[in-house]
Amino acid sequence: MTPEEILQGLYDETLVGNAPRVLELTNEGLVLNMEPQTLLFDALIPSLEEVGARFERGDFFVPEMLIAGRAMSGAMEVLRPLLAETGVQTIGKFLMGTVKGDVHDIGKNLVNIMLEGAGFEVIDLGVQVAPEKFVAAIEEHQPDIVGFSAFLTTTMPMFKANMNALEKAGIRNSVIVMVGGAPVTQEYADAVGADGYAADASQTVKRAKSLLQERRAKVPA
Amino acid sequence: MSAQFNAPRLETVLRSATQQVVIGHGNRFCLIGERINPTGRRIFQEQLRAGDLSAIERDVRAQVEGGADVLDINMGVPLTDEAELLAKAITMVQTLSDKPICIDSSVIDALEAGLAAYQGRALVNSITAEDERMEQVLPLVKKYDAAVIALPNDADEIPMEVEKRITLTRKIIEVATKEYGIAAADIVIDPLAMPIGADSEMVNTTMETMRRIRDEFGVNMTCGASNVSFGMPGRPTIGAAFLPMAMTAGLTSAIMDTRTPQIVEAVKAADLLLGHDEWGGAWIAAHRARLAREAAATA
Repeated sequence: MTPEEILQGLYDETLVGNAPRVLELTNEGLVLNMEPQTLLFDALIPSLEEVGARFERGDFFVPEMLIAGRAMSGAMEVLRPLLAETGVQTIGKFLMGTVKGDVHDIGKNLVNIMLEGAGFEVIDLGVQVAPEKFVAAIEEHQPDIVGFSAFLTTTMPMFKANMNALEKAGIRNSVIVMVGGAPVTQEYADAVGADGYAADASQTVKRAKSLLQERRAKVPA
Repeated sequence: MSAQFNAPRLETVLRSATQQVVIGHGNRFCLIGERINPTGRRIFQEQLRAGDLSAIERDVRAQVEGGADVLDINMGVPLTDEAELLAKAITMVQTLSDKPICIDSSVIDALEAGLAAYQGRALVNSITAEDERMEQVLPLVKKYDAAVIALPNDADEIPMEVEKRITLTRKIIEVATKEYGIAAADIVIDPLAMPIGADSEMVNTTMETMRRIRDEFGVNMTCGASNVSFGMPGRPTIGAAFLPMAMTAGLTSAIMDTRTPQIVEAVKAADLLLGHDEWGGAWIAAHRARLAREAAATA
């Protein structure tokens, strides 16, 4: 296969969620001495972006998004150590968790897939994440963005509790805060003082990127 | 409770001031209309926040016309006094409809205010297997002589293994009956219907859970029926296939939007086929009612 065929194959097979084939093509590409970042940025990420776009248009459905994400994850397991070696920067670090009192994670996991697909490094704290655990993880991992997910109207108030914990720890301004989940609205996000809100996984990626750009424009790294 | 494999099948009695609904394994499936809920409805939320409850009237009418036997009322509007709002809404719904009510809140004060305002025997939505939640809600269920929906998940997770869900179901039934004196008949287990789009074995797991809960505990069950089709195209068709399947596994009610005739009709046909609608009385009556409506519309 030519490198062009590898890239096209990776794009097409990721789009349809063919995990075994994506893994094979990734390994074949590496055998041909293709750069890991070429495979990532010229095939895998554009493919996942297309998945997100189709999902947003209503042409793609949840299972298709999940299997595409799984196919990409398989390739990433091979590529991640190589990318780290070559010092390739991820576009940002995203710390994610479902708030305390809430055990819902399907939506959050979809968002994680799309964020990873867009080139973010995602650290997932799982479900039932208490405010102090968010604080400790932010201090440990120094993420660019932290995401709070809540699926219930009764666990949404944990957003505010998390914000208060961040304030108290003096780290509120060191991280961008995004909130989301089925009952969450822009209005509610504003009311708790979050920096960003998005209605679905694909929009989360766009919003995360634009928030990151705004932040980096303000504070030169 | 030791494991029984032919536990007696129990009946859950709900009442409004004037009407009684019995949820049971030999009875017609109980449709709990779910739409009286502002979650994700921005305009409705703004109205409620401003004290305007008029939209509730339209929702109640739609659910009742769609075939709801019980009305689920949720007033979870962020940044409001949910207790006051829920009590007001319940009082109002009781003037609009004779259907028994399912009081839906995670806020303890709101549940208590709702139960205090309600005339009849309510269904409380809901508890989990978490000790704190049971300690807070079960005394209210006992005090107000209500029934309660219970979800077999704990603080850590929504378990994906059947066995774990059975263990938590057993725990809930033991605590509610032994520590709070609530009848097992008044515990309605939600076996946790999850989206089929997220995992192709999800519904098989849920149905196996249902069969075991029915055979080992005999209690009634309900679930959020629309969860199953989340993220998939053709949602009404999936709902219309899922509920009759679940009914054969022991599901005796569902919390659902009754404005989808396709699903409601599938349930009614399953009632007929499972022998829960003797001589097809309800099925035939519904047919005549439809003919009469059509005649009235063309007249």
